Amino acid sequence: MKWRVDNVHPVIDGEPAAEATSALVVDGRIAALGAGLSGERVEREVDGAGQWLLPGLIDLNCHLPEPGSDRGGSIESETRAAARGGFTTVCTTPDTSPVNDSSAVTHLIRDVAERNGHTRVLPVGALTRGLEGERLSDMAGLTRAGCVALGNGGHATASSRVLRRCMAYAHTFDIRLFLQPENASLASDGCAHDGLVAARMGLPGIPEVAETTAVNELLMLAEETGANLHIGPLSCARSVTLVRAAKEAGHSVTAEVGIAHLVATEAAIEGYNGTFHSRPPLRTEADRRALLEGVESGVIDAIVSQHRPSDKAAKLAPFPETQPGLSTVESTLSLGLERVAAGELSRGALLRALTSGPARVLGLDAPTIAEDSVADLTLVAPEQHWMPAVGSLYSAGPHLPVMERELPGVVMLTAVDGRIRHEHEGDGS
Amino acid sequence: MPETSRDLQLTADGELRHFLAIEGLDQALLTRILDTADSFIEVGERTIKKVPLLRGRTVVNLFFEPSTRTRSTFELAAKRLSADVLNLDIGTSATSKGESLSDTLLNLRAMASDMFVMRHSQSGAPHFVAQSVTPDVAIINAGDGRHEHPTQAMLDMLTIRQHMKTFRGLRVAIVGDVQHSRVARSQIRALNTLGVDEVRLIAPDTLLPHEPEALGARVFHRMEEGLRNVDVIIMLRLQHERMEGALLPSESEFYRMYGLTREKLAYANPGALVMHPGPINRGVEIESAVADGPQSVILGQVTNGIAVRMAVMSMSMGGQLNERQSATGEGVAST
Repeated sequence: MKWRVDNVHPVIDGEPAAEATSALVVDGRIAALGAGLSGERVEREVDGAGQWLLPGLIDLNCHLPEPGSDRGGSIESETRAAARGGFTTVCTTPDTSPVNDSSAVTHLIRDVAERNGHTRVLPVGALTRGLEGERLSDMAGLTRAGCVALGNGGHATASSRVLRRCMAYAHTFDIRLFLQPENASLASDGCAHDGLVAARMGLPGIPEVAETTAVNELLMLAEETGANLHIGPLSCARSVTLVRAAKEAGHSVTAEVGIAHLVATEAAIEGYNGTFHSRPPLRTEADRRALLEGVESGVIDAIVSQHRPSDKAAKLAPFPETQPGLSTVESTLSLGLERVAAGELSRGALLRALTSGPARVLGLDAPTIAEDSVADLTLVAPEQHWMPAVGSLYSAGPHLPVMERELPGVVMLTAVDGRIRHEHEGDGS
Repeated sequence: MPETSRDLQLTADGELRHFLAIEGLDQALLTRILDTADSFIEVGERTIKKVPLLRGRTVVNLFFEPSTRTRSTFELAAKRLSADVLNLDIGTSATSKGESLSDTLLNLRAMASDMFVMRHSQSGAPHFVAQSVTPDVAIINAGDGRHEHPTQAMLDMLTIRQHMKTFRGLRVAIVGDVQHSRVARSQIRALNTLGVDEVRLIAPDTLLPHEPEALGARVFHRMEEGLRNVDVIIMLRLQHERMEGALLPSESEFYRMYGLTREKLAYANPGALVMHPGPINRGVEIESAVADGPQSVILGQVTNGIAVRMAVMSMSMGGQLNERQSATGEGVAST
């Protein structure tokens, strides 16, 4: 397919160009860039006046509930939501059912994504069999089948010895690790940040040290084994400090934060609001500020959606029994832009953390808008607003951090490999 | 969006419609509960211990956690209000067959229940039910996880008021396992709302929340300091599991440091009240001579329990019926 977008501002390294231009897409690549392309015969012309042309957004942490029960959506529904959110690539977590701990499951995910997906889907395999933290998965086999990394899928690996061996083995085959830091015995039966709100509400807490001791352990084991470690989602200020120190010491670690942790705190669970039951838990305002600062300074490389769709019933229970996680992939960019508008984050830092940052984590070339670059493209109208509401979402999970509130930034078009996979309908209001 | 504790518990006119937590209720309402309970104490002294306030109404006791005393006093309270009472031991029926909490309750509502008295091991469970499952059935919280046990706190308040006449100027110490205690959370809120001078918590750090000041109390680690100049001492029950969880070395060490003995009682003001929500572990939290001594009001607490439960049940039913009436035109029951 051959199409063209006119009057857009290409975004390079997080900064929109002052000059508007045109981009011609042919056979999955940007064939030409610049003025004077209007003579070309194309199948589609898109007017991008007032819009940004971004390299497609990349999400390193997105749960696609397939294989699994059909209650919380499918690869089809959730990648459609991701494309609406401007993502062209999502890394899907290994905690599917069955767990993605064999090449058969990896192939299944890739096949379904190939057939029904609206974005690129990069599977993350399980580090241990069944994510049980006891025996190594077939790591090399999983990567050969197409896993871009191996991870713990949010299930803490209780044994330091197993973790050390996982890292050493992964290093042997140069396998990237995506690990969520949590000390299982310190987290215990907790379900909320061990702070003021949990104390008042009588909820078992997850202390900050459940994360920081795990961050420390992961950093030290990675340093010793030479493993390629990507750590997160982080939830507290001290974790950012630890990662910063490791980076300053020259370790090659990278880190991520979930969008919910940049927009909400423990206060969100007041009234036993299960929607905001998250893992890691939402913590204090000081933590939220430090996480934003971590993104700003680049200590945190990527903002992830940590999208976890779950059906309505999963949140209809007493708070500790609700399923953790939010449906965020459709609104991650807009929630980030809202923080930019609030003066809490620079636009450049936000956009880098959704494009070049995650690309670096995956070892990909820095995504850019240039001639001959792959046409994974996201067209955003930054001045337009939209309102997430039940019934108008693509995701099967109705639990958004924000409902019935206008958010800035409408994704007008998402193209993967030159193919248009999402187009905004309506007037953008 | 979830409502605040206040909105959830009160009707538009400020009447009680659920009784879930002390948090969110103001001094006037707590005082009204105490006054109403006072009037029911007299009922318990009659030969025929019944009033018809809940006649024709069905109260379901839903205990997802075992309880003998609390459940019996709720049952007696409901019967004295002339309600039909159904006791369900949920621990061994529906939910163990995999039925969700919501489905269990919706089924019970379909049997025309008017009130659920609910105890659950998860903090916030009654809150969830009142908000999302059966808002039109009055929910009385009989203890949820570590969150609140508001009727227990109110009967303690009634006991304090009977003996001290006022809350103003009082210093109250709560001793023991605050972290896992729903009773303590309710008591601290009730005491602060009713206007005591100071609430103190006395416990080792392992038995306190990570940020105990969040509860609105001053923290002490030693009995000698914490009991000085206090007017009321509330001892909390220590669960045996606390030793296994590595929170405490042993019961005997706890008794040595935090057990209320005659010697430690002497630090408090003369005539200070000694209270305990029960059941008592003699020789663990409290010395027998103190539990049975002249300053102990522990048995009076049990008697007050029925009156307080009658008060919150009748008040919540009243608010709930008025709300139903304005919504559907259903008539208010007898009297």
